[in-house]
Parts: sequence; C-alpha cells; structure tokens
Amino acid sequence: MAGGKEITTKIRSIENTKKVTSALEMVSASKIRKSQDLMNATRPYAHMIRRVMGHLSKANPEFRHPFTVRREETKKVGYIIISTDRGLCGGLNFNLFKLVLASIGEWQGKGAEVSLVTLGKKASGFFKNVKVEIAAHTSDLGEKPQIEDLIGSIKVMLDAYREEKIDLVYVVYNDFVNTMTQKPTLEQLLPLPETDDEEIRDIWDYIYEPDAEALLDTVLVRYIEADVYQAVLENLASEHAARMIAMKNATDNAGDLIDELTLVFNKARQAAITQEISEIVGGAAAV
Amino acid sequence: MKHTIQCDIVSAQEEIFSGEAAMIFATGSMGELGISPRHAPLITQLKPGPVRVQQADGEEAFFFVGGGILEVMPHLVTVLADTAVRADDLDEAAAVRAKEEAERALQDQTGDMEIAEAQARLLEAAAQIRALEQLRKKGRR
Repeated sequence: MAGGKEITTKIRSIENTKKVTSALEMVSASKIRKSQDLMNATRPYAHMIRRVMGHLSKANPEFRHPFTVRREETKKVGYIIISTDRGLCGGLNFNLFKLVLASIGEWQGKGAEVSLVTLGKKASGFFKNVKVEIAAHTSDLGEKPQIEDLIGSIKVMLDAYREEKIDLVYVVYNDFVNTMTQKPTLEQLLPLPETDDEEIRDIWDYIYEPDAEALLDTVLVRYIEADVYQAVLENLASEHAARMIAMKNATDNAGDLIDELTLVFNKARQAAITQEISEIVGGAAAV
Repeated sequence: MKHTIQCDIVSAQEEIFSGEAAMIFATGSMGELGISPRHAPLITQLKPGPVRVQQADGEEAFFFVGGGILEVMPHLVTVLADTAVRADDLDEAAAVRAKEEAERALQDQTGDMEIAEAQARLLEAAAQIRALEQLRKKGRR
C-alpha cells in the first residue's frame, strides 16, 4: 500500500497540532476579555491625571517644565518599544518593528542618533541585531503587568531627556482597536503635547505642599508612567487578539490539511485493493 | 446647601472609590490633612498611609495608598494613588536594573539560537511539504 502508513502517521500528527492550536485559540479568547478589563480600569486615572495637569498648567502659566518645552534641534531620539514576550501571534510584533525601523531610518537620515528602551523579549531579540543603542530592557511582564515593573525603564528615558541627552521620545505599541484589528502606533511621549481645554477661566491658585515645581514634576512623571502603562495594556490585549486569530487560522488550515490527506489516503487504499484484486485475477487466469 | 463633596480615588490600575464625602482624611507630605467641603484649593503629595473617607451617610471607608497626589478643587477632591511605594533611591535602583537587563539581553546569544532553530524547523517543514506533494501526486495516478 503506497505510503498508507506514512499518511496515517501524518494525519495523526496534524490532528495533535490542531488540538494544540485550538486550545491556544480558546485560551487567548478568554484572555482578551481579561486584558480589556485591565485596560478599562486604567481609564479613570488617565482622565483624572490629565485634569489635574490641566489645572496645574492653568494656575502656573509662566512656569514651563522641561517636559513640556519643545527643543529647537533634535540630536537624539528615544523610543520605548512595547512588544510581547512570546511569539505565535502572527505579524503583530513584526509590523510594529517595521514601523519603528521606518521612523529610525527617517531620523538617522536627518543625522539624529537613536536610543531604545525595549519592553518584552521580542523587541530586544529583534533590535539587538540592528545597530542601535538599547538603553534599557524589561521583560516578563506577565498577564497582569504592574506599573512598578515599568518604572525603571521609563526612568532611564526620562533621565536621559532631563539631561538633554535625548530630545524627543516616542512610545510604540499595538493599539487594540478590536479583536480583528490591532494598529501599530507610534506616539510622541516627550515633549508633552500642549493641553488647552478646560472650563476654568478665573484666575485662582492652589495652596501647594511642598511647592509648585516639585508637584508638577511628580504629576508629569506619573502621567507619563500611566501613559506607558496604558500602552502596555493595549499591547497585551492586542497580543491575545492576534494570537487568537493566528491560532484560528492555524486550526482551520490543519483541518483542511487533514481533509486532503484523508482523501489521499483513501485513494491510496483504493489503488492498493484494486491492484491486489487484479493480481489475484491475473494469478487465477495463469493457473 | 450641600455638605458633601465629590471624592474620587484612583490608582493607575483601578478606580478605588468614587462618591460623595462629608470629610476626607489623608497624610500629606507636610502633615495630616482633613478636608471638608469648601476647603481652599490645594494640591499636595501624599505619604504612604491610610486615606479615610467619611461618606454622606456617615459610613467610613478606609484605603491604604502607597503615596500619590491629592488635589482639592472647589467642587471635587481627587486622590491619584500610587500603587507602588515610591522613593528616589528605589526608582534609581529600578532604572539600574532595567539598564543591566538590556546589557544581559544584548549578550544573550539565545536570539541567534532561536533563529538557527527556526531555520532548521523551516527546512524540516519544507521537506515535509515536498514529501506530501509527492504523495499526493502518487495518489492521483
């Protein structure tokens, strides 16, 4: 029987693969909801810290924090790249890296240097083969990222910005649009974009404890951290969604392959039987 | 006239409390604070410690914050709580860790290993596909 044994082995192995991919698909589907909940839970904080920032800048129009001042020339650009720790999520990471590479190319063309902070193993694995500086790295953020895990990496960037070693900072992540769509996104983190929407127009001021500048600094740092944290959660939700889709495709493909192989197997069996019968008939005729 | 003030307590990870409060107690960087409605606008850093909210119905709610910022506006009180205990030297240590992590990731050769492994897998898969195609051709004949 022509390759009958091999085909059955193959079918069985694909069936096992299919089991694994469909299990992964279901796991990811359940994780999407959890990570979406996490994402939604951070919204009030982002909203309120933006409100406090608005109040502060209204109360101190003359004071300019370095984080809000646009620098005249850009000598070095920083990127905070948020990727996943694990693969099997389709082109999610690679699409993001392509976006980063395009942006890096653009800045390098203008003569600026580049410095990276990578979150997630995939980013460090990819960018260490590209000739750029990696200033800091954090991985293993897990299913429920904690903001304290991000503080260190963000501080490296903020310090470099404060010391004017870096003049512009981007954060790059996959924006979770919906389960089918994740959009690679490049956002300017520093200098902070202007905020000028508020209903309070009267001249008034706070009582500051300890003082305005220190407080503004703290608020801005918290704001940036919250922003990056939000991006990490978006990316996490995107990871699960992308993995679910990738695994769904893999499961479907495995099903198709099994169907085809079964057909091949049946044909091979049929051919073997026909051959056997004709041999017997031929043998009988000879006798 | 209203004897309560809207109070929102949030951390970066979740909304902790939102409701009307008759009085709010917290530990500011300059000392204990008690905020009643119509308190003057104030913004302060919080020390790690409890935040106590006396609600409109007389019940009290307790929260522990690891520091943060408290803002008092004429119509509302906002507490931006830190989930982590923050101090300059702790932050510094975290930054140093992140830098070391980057160096380790750079020296780590597993990335190349992964590529080699992936290439091997790819070759294997390609060989399997070729074998399958041959089988299929045989089947048709």
